[in-house]
Amino acid sequence: MANPMRIRAAAKDGITEVRVLMNHEMETGQRRDASGAVVPAWFIQEVSARLNDKDVMSAQWGPSIAKNPYFAFKIKGGKAGDTVSVTWVDNRGDTRTDNAKVT
Amino acid sequence: MIDIERRRALKAGGIFAAFAAAGLLPAGRARAAWNKAAFEGKTVQEALASIGASTTAASDDVQIIASDIAENGAVVPVQVVSRVPGTTQIVLFVEKNPNVLAGIFDIGPDVAADVTTRIKMMQTSNVAAVVKADGRFLASVKEIKVTLGGCGG
Amino acid sequence: MAARTKVAVAAAACVAIALGFAGVAQEKDDAAKGIEAYRQALKDGNPAELFEMAGEELWLKPAGPRNASLEKCDLGLGPGVVEGAYARLPRYFADTDRVQDLESRLLTCMETLQGIDTRAHVEARFGTPKKDELVALATYVAGMSKDRPVDVAASHPKERAMFELGRRMFFYQAGPHDFSCATCHAQEGRRIRMQDLPYIPAKEGAAAGWTSWPAYRVSAGQMWSMQWRINDCFRQQRFPEPVYASDMTVALSMFMAATANGSTMATPGIKR
Repeated sequence: MANPMRIRAAAKDGITEVRVLMNHEMETGQRRDASGAVVPAWFIQEVSARLNDKDVMSAQWGPSIAKNPYFAFKIKGGKAGDTVSVTWVDNRGDTRTDNAKVT
Repeated sequence: MIDIERRRALKAGGIFAAFAAAGLLPAGRARAAWNKAAFEGKTVQEALASIGASTTAASDDVQIIASDIAENGAVVPVQVVSRVPGTTQIVLFVEKNPNVLAGIFDIGPDVAADVTTRIKMMQTSNVAAVVKADGRFLASVKEIKVTLGGCGG
Repeated sequence: MAARTKVAVAAAACVAIALGFAGVAQEKDDAAKGIEAYRQALKDGNPAELFEMAGEELWLKPAGPRNASLEKCDLGLGPGVVEGAYARLPRYFADTDRVQDLESRLLTCMETLQGIDTRAHVEARFGTPKKDELVALATYVAGMSKDRPVDVAASHPKERAMFELGRRMFFYQAGPHDFSCATCHAQEGRRIRMQDLPYIPAKEGAAAGWTSWPAYRVSAGQMWSMQWRINDCFRQQRFPEPVYASDMTVALSMFMAATANGSTMATPGIKR
């Protein structure tokens, strides 16, 4: 099971600002290791988020997104106590979902 | 952890990708499978063609907020804000990267057209944000310089 | 007539040169401002937080032959007290009768509480799993002293001795380049490429270094503890590699921490 994300969600003036730090190598597939072999590409391809039970955001990423990606977006609505859930899926089919309560 | 609907969406990837490229899928509800053609585009033009953008027009309503200089190209914070009404997608490119297309952000009815992420930049390059709104594609470009950091700090 | 023309030309040349310099100075200012803006943008959402989370898990997880967690580890403020402990390290510990920094103390706790033989941890290279554990733990503990004042007074005789040893080491020239720490860090207003080199023998410079490590280095996507930072300084000076958490490394930390006494902990930091 992949490493946990750090999610912060704060509601203010009708907007819930979500900030996520994901734990992922985001390997481009351009690098070579010490023996000269190409380090295979390994990166998050899909990101999605929900507010309680509703899908609110989705994105597709490539390896040009930085290692240990940071992602911030603003949900219209949401209030303290709601749950924000973020999911990523990478090119190996690995996936991770974490939740946080909106403050 | 992955729910049934998402599993179905991922399985049907091929069809979804085609629909998404034609802009026919409502953003946010059923996610498109990863747009391989777009992400493997070698130039901005190729990648744009793969997301269905034949032409783009420059617009001041698409704003790229980022420092002019990145101390290290490994991590470059970039925020894109679109004031174009009816924005449904924000697409981010790094012109001189081997992987030109950095990300496609679906802006559904429940989120603001305002996303922040961090990109890798191989070298000083133009960063372009293309916004899809009402079938039109509007763009903004910003050059971000990349310095190579020193030995300390 | 000729003389006046000459003077006029000379004057014009002077103005042109002055403007030229002003142009260059302006460019440097813009670059500095740009870098500052970049560093500010990185502060929100420091990947170090991911390591703090991992470190906290390791702190709580039973491990070793004794199958015990580190929750009873005494970092100087009593068993299990993590908040504020890093701001008061290095310090003298009666149970080991020596001055220890955080990473040295973590090794002690792993040995005494968990029954782990830490030689493999000491010998492991930075960036390999056993060292990753120590770095994560160090990041977690250090983060629990964020915003606290550095309180390292070097009052105990052994602390005093370590401070003096650290100061000597700081100025000690060695290696094929005859470098010392002072070569880079005891000259005001210097930098290497885009990084300003803090003047460590004075409080402000010592604080710039001491309070910002452990830090996440974006260039490598790695979390570095102070032991790693010192290890790499030795490498940059072409010194022999120091033994992890050895007295010499603790002495250097003591020198920096005590010189930075009273400044505010900002760790975990984020750097290029």
